[in-house]
Amino acid sequence: MVGFMSSKSFPGGIHPPGNKKTTESLPIEKCPAPPSVVIPLQQHIGAPSKPIVATGDALRIGDSISESGGFVSVPSHATVSGTVSAIEVRPHPLGVKVLSVVIENDGQEKWRDDIGFDENYRELGKKEMINRIHAAGLAGMGGATFPTHVKLSPPADKKIDTLILNGAECEPYLTSDHRLMLEEPEKIVRGMEILFKILGAKSGAIGIEGNKPDAIKVMRQKIAELGLPFKIHALHVKYPQGAEKQLIKAITNRRVPAGGLPMDIGCVVHNVGTAAAVYDAVACKRPLVERVVTITGAGVKTPKNLLIPIGTPFSHVFNHCGGLTDDAGKIIMGGPMMGLAQSDLAAPVIKGTSGLLVLNEKQSRRKQEQPCISCAHCVDACPMALLPKMLSQFVKHERFASAESYNILDCIECGSCAFVCPANINLVHWIKYGKLKVMQKRKKAN
Amino acid sequence: MDKKYFVSSSPHIYTQDSIPKIMYTVILTLVPAGIGSVYFFGLRTLWIMAIAIVSAVAAEAIVQRMMKRPVTVYDGSAILTGLLLAYNVAPSVPLWLPAVGSVFAIAVGKMVFGGLGYNPMNPALLGRAFLLASWPAHMTIFSGAVPRGGTVSGIDAITNATPLNVLKAAQDVLQHPQDFSPAQKMEASEAIGQLYDSIEDLFLGRIGGCIGETSVVLLLIGAAFLMYRRYIGWKVPFTYVGTVALLTWIFGGADGLFTGNPIFHVLSGGLILGAFYMATDMVTSPVTVGGRIYFGIGCGVITVVIRLYGGYPEGVSYSILLMNLLTPLLDRWTRPKVFGGKKKA
Repeated sequence: MVGFMSSKSFPGGIHPPGNKKTTESLPIEKCPAPPSVVIPLQQHIGAPSKPIVATGDALRIGDSISESGGFVSVPSHATVSGTVSAIEVRPHPLGVKVLSVVIENDGQEKWRDDIGFDENYRELGKKEMINRIHAAGLAGMGGATFPTHVKLSPPADKKIDTLILNGAECEPYLTSDHRLMLEEPEKIVRGMEILFKILGAKSGAIGIEGNKPDAIKVMRQKIAELGLPFKIHALHVKYPQGAEKQLIKAITNRRVPAGGLPMDIGCVVHNVGTAAAVYDAVACKRPLVERVVTITGAGVKTPKNLLIPIGTPFSHVFNHCGGLTDDAGKIIMGGPMMGLAQSDLAAPVIKGTSGLLVLNEKQSRRKQEQPCISCAHCVDACPMALLPKMLSQFVKHERFASAESYNILDCIECGSCAFVCPANINLVHWIKYGKLKVMQKRKKAN
Repeated sequence: MDKKYFVSSSPHIYTQDSIPKIMYTVILTLVPAGIGSVYFFGLRTLWIMAIAIVSAVAAEAIVQRMMKRPVTVYDGSAILTGLLLAYNVAPSVPLWLPAVGSVFAIAVGKMVFGGLGYNPMNPALLGRAFLLASWPAHMTIFSGAVPRGGTVSGIDAITNATPLNVLKAAQDVLQHPQDFSPAQKMEASEAIGQLYDSIEDLFLGRIGGCIGETSVVLLLIGAAFLMYRRYIGWKVPFTYVGTVALLTWIFGGADGLFTGNPIFHVLSGGLILGAFYMATDMVTSPVTVGGRIYFGIGCGVITVVIRLYGGYPEGVSYSILLMNLLTPLLDRWTRPKVFGGKKKA
């Protein structure tokens, strides 16, 4: 594939059908709270949080229900008012069972009373801002759910000069970030201002794929209106434009070193949804209790963009969208390229749930795997310049050392290779398994 | 839970591409050249194509049965091998020859290694090499297949040969003047002049040669479509053709360096068919960008060495077969640098 190598893009990548038309013009609606919410104590990367409530406790919206289990960990909060009915393991979107706090909704919608706009929030010190962000339970809302406060506390030797907001939303079908940019531009930009201050960055940029001209316009106007020094970059429409390393390459033309982090080259990336939540956390001391989720796909009767209380079971969300069609075949949390297939609709919306995509049966059936014909489409598509064909073959033959030397750990699991494979080889599946094996081997060696 | 849903690892959407789609598209793009061959050489070529294809498909089905494997002849790959084999024989060959070639190509060139995707060399070219080694007379004499619309030959001694045959014979005369009479030398110079004036015939296909290789224009129409669909890239064919053009220009002339006729060399023989349809064979060419470029250059160098200094007038098929064997090494030597990586591990 001929790489579009301008500064607004990255090498490799694919062009899957967008399928965003269904929901991109639907305003965000509030999803009524369910009769009970299930709030997992692990909704982020890092240590699980520890419960600080007991069965029978009465809670208001925003009350803490758990505290951080370590530095890389965030607390969780009640997302409805009511009573704790259980603290037990419940289904989680990751496909495992996780200790969760179950709250029966009393329907009163009573909020914790110390929440409200703090006029002087901009005078707060850096430390207090980070504290509020941590206390609000923020974890990256693009889907990776890395605790936000950790990203804002780089080691002293890493000087951050560039803050990037990710509004690319390159996953097909998803429109939650798009709607948020149209409907809450001020929150996003004010949140960005806070992040900018905390990091002491010199330049700030928002990357938005060119297929969202309305969002680009609205965000540009808002930045001009508020007189902030941020730049909007209209990005080439190509998947995975919103992957952190690819986004940084497109905007700054810098490359995150293999095995390294964005901060190694002076960059920090946050999702636009996270920025809006940062504003709520710092300016209003409002914890993260709800988020925008796109409910879409051929298997959903009425697709919507919904503002959903965290902990709402998927089944409740789908009921609010008219239910699923009879031929619904696969439920995916997230987008179709990197999302997680769900087996249990009792699993709840969590902080990283950007979408719920329901494919019909025909779309869900995998085709029979054929022999690799070395067409090299996967090689041309890989945004990390890996050789997916070889990696998968190494893993199939349990040659993990070879896979490691062919940089298997640099795979970002974006799915571009498996998307283009004409032989229907599930390359990502093999590579993920290989990564796991290589990591286990490294752990053992240490 | 009452209803069960599909669960698999990501991604959950895929292109509409498939192996049969790729194979049948390539076959389709070869049809114009096939129709051209029927026009130039007569209906006999149609029989050769049919026999080659049927033998290839039958051979694959029988071998798969014998190996107790699922029969996958519907994927189109055997049809493509048969068709390419037919394109690589002279229109005058006896009708059993393409059948033998196809069976060899499939059974020894492909199934022995494990079937589709596992063969190290292009099966059709291996079949051709087998025929060339076993029945050289049938494979190199093009008599009885004068293309419609005239020929470039007109030279009694070497009538009905391919342009590359004529060139090789004529240059041989000029390079060893002591062995030939002045009349023969005159004839040879005239022949070369005529060849170099015959670019239009070469481009259209009004020349002697193998069934599918002669019409450059019809092959390029198909190849352009394959490039548009991204089933073949530009790297292998362009570097291959470019290398042949450059080297024949430098070394191909009888009057010293830089007196060769690169256009003649590019348009004649099986170069266009080989560069766009056989060197680009996915299974047997490198997957890395660098590998594809070296592969094309390597094919070009070997082709020119054979054409100018070797015993055969034509070197396309052997050059591709030799480079096929280098493919795994080329892939290893040209591993791309990982994104953000400093150097190869």
